[in-house]
Amino acid sequence: MDKIRTEHLYFYYGRKQALWDINIAIPERRITALIGPSGCGKSTFLRCLNRMNDTIPRTRAEGRVYLDGQDIYSPDTNVVELRRRVGMVFQRPNPFPASVFDNVAFGPRVLGLYSRAELADVVEESLRSAGLWDEVKDNLRQDALSLSLGQQQRLCIARVVAVKPEVILMDEPCSALDPIATLKIEDLMRALSKEYTIVIVTHNMQQAARASDFTAFMLSDAERTGQLIEFGPTADVFTRPRDKRTEDYITGRFG
Amino acid sequence: MRNRFVAQRVGFALLTLAALVVVIPILTIVATIFIRGAAAINWEFLTAMPRDGMRAGGIFPAIVGTIVLTLGTAIVAIPLGVGGAIYLSEYARDTWLTRSIRLAIINLAGIPSVVYGLFGLGLFVLLMGFGTSIVAGSLTLAIMTLPVIISTAEEALRAVPTEFRTVSASLGGTRWQGIRYIVLPQALPGIITGVILGLLRAAGETAPILFTVAAFYLPRLPRSPLDQTMALPYHLYVVSTQVPGMPAKIQFGTALVLLALVLSLNIGATMIRSYFRRRRQW
Repeated sequence: MDKIRTEHLYFYYGRKQALWDINIAIPERRITALIGPSGCGKSTFLRCLNRMNDTIPRTRAEGRVYLDGQDIYSPDTNVVELRRRVGMVFQRPNPFPASVFDNVAFGPRVLGLYSRAELADVVEESLRSAGLWDEVKDNLRQDALSLSLGQQQRLCIARVVAVKPEVILMDEPCSALDPIATLKIEDLMRALSKEYTIVIVTHNMQQAARASDFTAFMLSDAERTGQLIEFGPTADVFTRPRDKRTEDYITGRFG
Repeated sequence: MRNRFVAQRVGFALLTLAALVVVIPILTIVATIFIRGAAAINWEFLTAMPRDGMRAGGIFPAIVGTIVLTLGTAIVAIPLGVGGAIYLSEYARDTWLTRSIRLAIINLAGIPSVVYGLFGLGLFVLLMGFGTSIVAGSLTLAIMTLPVIISTAEEALRAVPTEFRTVSASLGGTRWQGIRYIVLPQALPGIITGVILGLLRAAGETAPILFTVAAFYLPRLPRSPLDQTMALPYHLYVVSTQVPGMPAKIQFGTALVLLALVLSLNIGATMIRSYFRRRRQW
């Protein structure tokens, strides 16, 4: 079952073309990894899926992106609601300078949940599913910035989970973390993929191989920035790549 | 090899000297006012009407006048100023129009206060018909204060990392919710600083109120917003230069009260600011 599908997706920063004719079908409740060398459009593509690129002036997307069959670039899309459904975890852990509780409660609050008891339930549930509850339950009032980076990133995941999205986009979520914290996030992704569709951008080939179900390989060449070269089950892409360029990349011959 | 340490010492000495040159005159002025003004301060001075052509009695109406004018200024200038700053920093696109608005605001901050006074006289007192009144004076002071509030508040808002707005949007928050719950609380200490700086200036100014509200001698409290009032800065000017045979202790006493008022406002602001810094949540 496809959660997200794109058809002939092109993207431009001003005159600079950044994505070239992306056609992909991202399966529901699976982890899809986007790999490729720097500047190949992975992050740009990821940010097209919740229209986060809209906030950058003079950008333009062409083509179609369907979420559950609905074109999210159609004029009647409510972008705010779209971003609730398609949550995002960023490269650097970026909790608000507030308490652990208030960080997780932010989303539910802006969506109109004010009851103290219900908020407490959502916060606990979200922190549990982010694997952080046992580490912070004794002091939910502590400043989020006092947590370790790995904990902060899991807090950011809890913050996303708290708004009950359908898709979670992760933009190199482990690049600022040490290997142990990275493994924790990967375990967490695995657990979350039972409920959520996860799309992760990663520079780390082992991470893609370890932690994803499907892998998309992107690449730029001289004329066309941001092409999708190959997409398939992770095991296939890594062991039997169909495209020579994919094979070169994963065997470390360039990139 | 030895040279750079010598250079460092000389550098520090010069910097310390510069700091002293700035601080010592201020301390001297403040100390003089405190010492010579303290003799005038008593219950009557603070709470009674002036008598005997202001040569005796108290300065109560001037104190009340300044407080009322500052409050009036705050009521007008805070919403307008902070609102304008939010618009400029969060909503306005970067066009020639917003750029020229910003330039105009910076220039407005540099206009001499007497020009604001004349502007207030023309617009609020005469054209809009408020007469010489607290309303006209407060509006004039508010106009003068706005550039300070807008530019410091805008700067405080811009200092909040864009990332927080992005994260708020990524969690399904509307733009306004991001501003209201994340950006504003973060910027609040800076905004408060700007507001207080502006209000302090308003509280101490003479020229803008000269033509718009200040009464030379009015030994009673204002009865309505359309009434005139005495005010401390103008009263200080009057007792210092306009009335022959004025006892020096009344002059210093008035200066001390004005100084104390401004100082307590300042301390209050610092306390509010550090409270919000510590709170840092919504």
